[in-house]
Formats: sequence, structure tokens, C-alpha cells
Amino acid sequence: MSLFFSHYNYWIVIALMMIGFYIVIAQGNLVKKLVGLNIFQTSVFILYISAGKVAGGSAPILDDAVSVYSNPLPHVLILTAIVVGIATTALGLALTIRIKKAYGSVEESDILQRDRSC
Amino acid sequence: MLNHLIILQVIVPLLGAPCCLIVGRARAAWLFALVVSAVSFAIACGLLLQVYDLGSLSYELGGWAAPWGIAYRLDLLNAWLLVIVSFSSVVALIAAHTSIQQEIAAEKQLFFYVAWLLCLAGLLGILATADAFNVFVFLEISSLSTYTLIALGKRQQALWAAFRYLIMGTIGATFILIGIGFMYMMTGTLNMADLAQRLPDVQESNAVFVAYAFIVVGIGLKMAMFPMHFWLPNAYSEAPSIATAFLAASSTKVAVYLLIRFTYAVFDGQLETPSLPLADILIALGVLAVFSASTTAIFQADIKRAIAFSSVGQIGYMIIGIGLGTVLGMQATLLHLFNHALMKGGLFLALAAIVYRLGSSQLSAMQGLGKRMPFTSLSFVVGGLSLIGVPLTVGFVSKWYLVSASIAAGRWPLAMLIVLGSLLALAYIWRVVESMYFKEAPVDAPKGEAPVLILAPLWLLVAANVYFGIDTQLPVMVTGDAAGSLFEDLW
Repeated sequence: MSLFFSHYNYWIVIALMMIGFYIVIAQGNLVKKLVGLNIFQTSVFILYISAGKVAGGSAPILDDAVSVYSNPLPHVLILTAIVVGIATTALGLALTIRIKKAYGSVEESDILQRDRSC
Repeated sequence: MLNHLIILQVIVPLLGAPCCLIVGRARAAWLFALVVSAVSFAIACGLLLQVYDLGSLSYELGGWAAPWGIAYRLDLLNAWLLVIVSFSSVVALIAAHTSIQQEIAAEKQLFFYVAWLLCLAGLLGILATADAFNVFVFLEISSLSTYTLIALGKRQQALWAAFRYLIMGTIGATFILIGIGFMYMMTGTLNMADLAQRLPDVQESNAVFVAYAFIVVGIGLKMAMFPMHFWLPNAYSEAPSIATAFLAASSTKVAVYLLIRFTYAVFDGQLETPSLPLADILIALGVLAVFSASTTAIFQADIKRAIAFSSVGQIGYMIIGIGLGTVLGMQATLLHLFNHALMKGGLFLALAAIVYRLGSSQLSAMQGLGKRMPFTSLSFVVGGLSLIGVPLTVGFVSKWYLVSASIAAGRWPLAMLIVLGSLLALAYIWRVVESMYFKEAPVDAPKGEAPVLILAPLWLLVAANVYFGIDTQLPVMVTGDAAGSLFEDLW
């Protein structure tokens, strides 16, 4: 039980990762797929940020009163990863709009059906 | 200036992309992108020469020393890949302007070149960097621009192919990110050389094992390793023909490079553990890729799609070489990287020429093409022979090395399977040859050779296919040294 509570952030990571992954696989709606992808990516962000936490450490801002800091590097990495995630989402949504115009639908089953018929 | 060459390799195309937008007009942007690519190629050649003379080069970004700053590091392996990737970009770009006239609307052509240069910058960046997180960033730069290139395809199916690739590609990249995160947690460093030093100390830990697993699966998605290859045939057959020629020759190669780099340089090549026979798994996946993809290719009505499936099979050969885990096997893989770039670049350029004239790459449209487009048809045949692995072409060289590597490793059945796989290639190439040369063209079929701007780079690649099939000294020498240095553990 102690493993559960002392590492609750990692359990959240696992839960979010599986939820996101499941949505990507199971949902037929393209927008929902992208939402799932975002949840999946967010879980990785939390994984990194959890790793950067040093027990008892404060925010990594230089101050005479503090001697223990959390590791800022994962935060910086994840800022980059967030930007990448936003770019991916934007591109995915733009593609979804184009797909909606071309196929008249954003449901995977409709798209597959129209591809097969033509 | 000369010691900044490494960073210029990445910076030139990266800055070239927005400059393309400023140039404003499609034709001028094409010339500009061509010049940028040519400069990249020249830099890559210069770097390869330097690496060959002086040994590996490293570069610290902004002057920050390696564990804190991002370091770039070149040895023979990635210098060699830099030459392959920038060369395929130059060759494909020569034909790009003519080819996309008929495939991409005029107002979108400018953005095609922007995405192209970004993709080139991303691929070159993955190769040059020695920082694990930097790999992820460049991977996403190249992937995002690849999705854009694919979505520019003529048919509406291109959008759907691009979307599916976006989902798969992002999952793959995120898996790699997870793997890098675990490695960082265990070692506290992102620099590949430091990782290689510190990982052996924690090798027993499950986290390192999981990190490697995530990275292999992530890279496997990116390079279309056998059970994860479903995005590739769609993406390659729907993308603009010329973009396919570039991507097929470069992007999966870069993913194969990543697998080699992470397996041998970062994780120290411990393929065989008692609990997981990774070498056997890789070889099995490679063989399955060769047979399933080649068999599927035989039954495709669209030749572009058939050749895309054949790419999955060819990647299978490369994975077999990695799985053998010997210097000779690695050399076979590295040779096949180069040779496959030459033959697939040539085949897809030939298809670009065919699509330019016929507006379609369906097998049924190619009847009697040997008379209607003699030069293009002949180049397709030579590229096809190379793909099969007929002597005097590059395909033979890498097949020869792969077969001798598997025999040297004592795997006779594998050598037989590799030769059998080549026969399947014969089957799907023969269908095209039969249609081109032994069937009569319909009376009203479109006639005439493709424009010189497509034919010239096409024949350049065909000539390279034959030349390097006869004079194998350069690639064999470079790949031999590169494979040797991977196993000597110079990091």
C-alpha cells in the first residue's frame, strides 16, 4: 500500500498513458483520437517532471536561504516536448479539417467506406 | 569556418526553410532549395573526408562543454549517412519542380519546398547529434514536415494516409521519449557518450531494460519494422511522387541508423540476454518482413504501392544484418542502407516520370511502355534488377555481404531464406517488365519521354546503381571501417 501512496504520481502516469493509448486505438472519431494522443503525451510529461523532483528541494531559483533544489533539466526538456505536442496537435487538427472537407466526415468508418467504394 | 561545418550541416537547411517562404515564388523557391541541398551535400562530403582523415569530430553548441551543453559528434557511421541523405535530397530536388507541376496546386508548391527543407534539416540533425533528447526534437521536426509532404498528395486518400502516419509516428516518437526519460532517470545524463559509460553500471536494472524496449519499439514504428509497417505503403503511395523518392531513400535509413546507434553505441550491444534473445527476434522479424511484404507487393495493382511494400521488405534485410550482431552483418546493413537509397531513389524517380506522363502508376496503364517511354522503362528495369540483386548492380553487393555474413555466423537456413526472398522481388518486378515490354499499348495511350529534368537525375541514379555495383571500393571501405569502429567501442 505504501508503494501506492508514496509513488502516486507514477500511478497517475500509468493510468493516463493507458487511457490515452486506449482512446487512440478504440475511438473512430479523428478529433477524439487526437485528444487521446494528447493525454498519452501528457502522461509522459508528468513522468519527466516527477523524475526531476528532489525530495525536500525547492523550485530551482537561486536563493541564499535554500540549499536543495529540484532538478530543472527535465522541466526544460518537457517545455520543448510540450511545444512539439502542440505542433503535432495543430497539424493533426488541420489535417482533420481537410479530411472533413474531402470526405465529408471525421469518422474513421465513413472514411474507410468511401475509400473502398471509389 | 571549417570547424563549424558540423553545425552548418544542420543550420543551412533549417534556415533555408523560412528563407524559402521569403523567396515567395515556387520556381525561385525550387532553385533556392536545390542550392541549399547542394550546399548540404558539399558540407556532408567535406565532413566525410575530414572524418576519414582525422577520426571522429565533435562540436559543442554555443561553446558549452558536453555534459551540460548539446554536443554533436560525427564518426564514419553518421558522416556516411549524412552523405546518403543529402545526396538523395539533391537528386530528387532536381526533378521536383517538373514533377510537382502536375501533382500539386500552384499555390501550394512553395510550401512543398519549405516542408522539404525542414524535413532535410530534421533528418540531418538526427544523424549529427550526440544528445539523446536532441534526437527526439529533430525526429519530430522531420516527422511533422513529412506528414505535410504526404498530405500534399494529389488524391484525397493522401490526407487520410498522412493522418494515420501522424498518429503512428507520434506514438513512436513518444515511446522514444519515454525510453530517453528512463535512461535519464537511471544515469542523469543525455549525452550519448556519457550514457554509454554509465549504463553498464546499472545494466541489471529493469528500468534500463524497459528504456531499451521503448526505444526499440519507437524506432521500429518510425522505420516500419515488420509488424509496425502498416502506415508506410499508404503514406508512400499517396505522397507526391517526388516526395516518395526522397523519403524512401532517406527517412527510413535514418531510423535504421538510430536503431544501430542506440543498440551498439549507447546500450553497448548486449543483444543476447538469457531472458530475451533479441538477436533471434530481430532476425525473425526481418525474415517475416522480407516474405510478407514481398508477397503482398506481388499482388498490388498500383506499382507505386508495390514498390512501397518492397521497401518494408528491404528494411527487413537491414534488420537481419543488425540482428546477426557481427561486424560483417553490420557492414552488410550499412552497405544496404546506401544501395537501397540508390535503387529505391531510382525506382521512385522512374515512377515519378511515369506518373508525369500517364497521370497514374497503375500496372494496367503501363502496357507497352517500353516503346512509349524507352528511357524511363529501361531505367525502371535496371533499378528493378538491382532490387532483385542481379550481379553488376549494387543490390548484388549488399545481398552478397548479407549472405556471407549469415553463413559466417553459422546460419545456413537464413542465407537460403535471403536468396529466396530475392526471388520474390523477381516476381513483382517481372510483372512490370512483362507489362512494359510484352504487351501492346492501347492506341490512344499517352506517348513521349519524360522531361530532361526528371530523366537526368533518374539516369544519374541508374548509373550509380551500376557503377557502385562494379567498383565497390568506396562503399565497402567506408562501411567496413564504420562497422568495425562500432564494435571497437570508441565512444
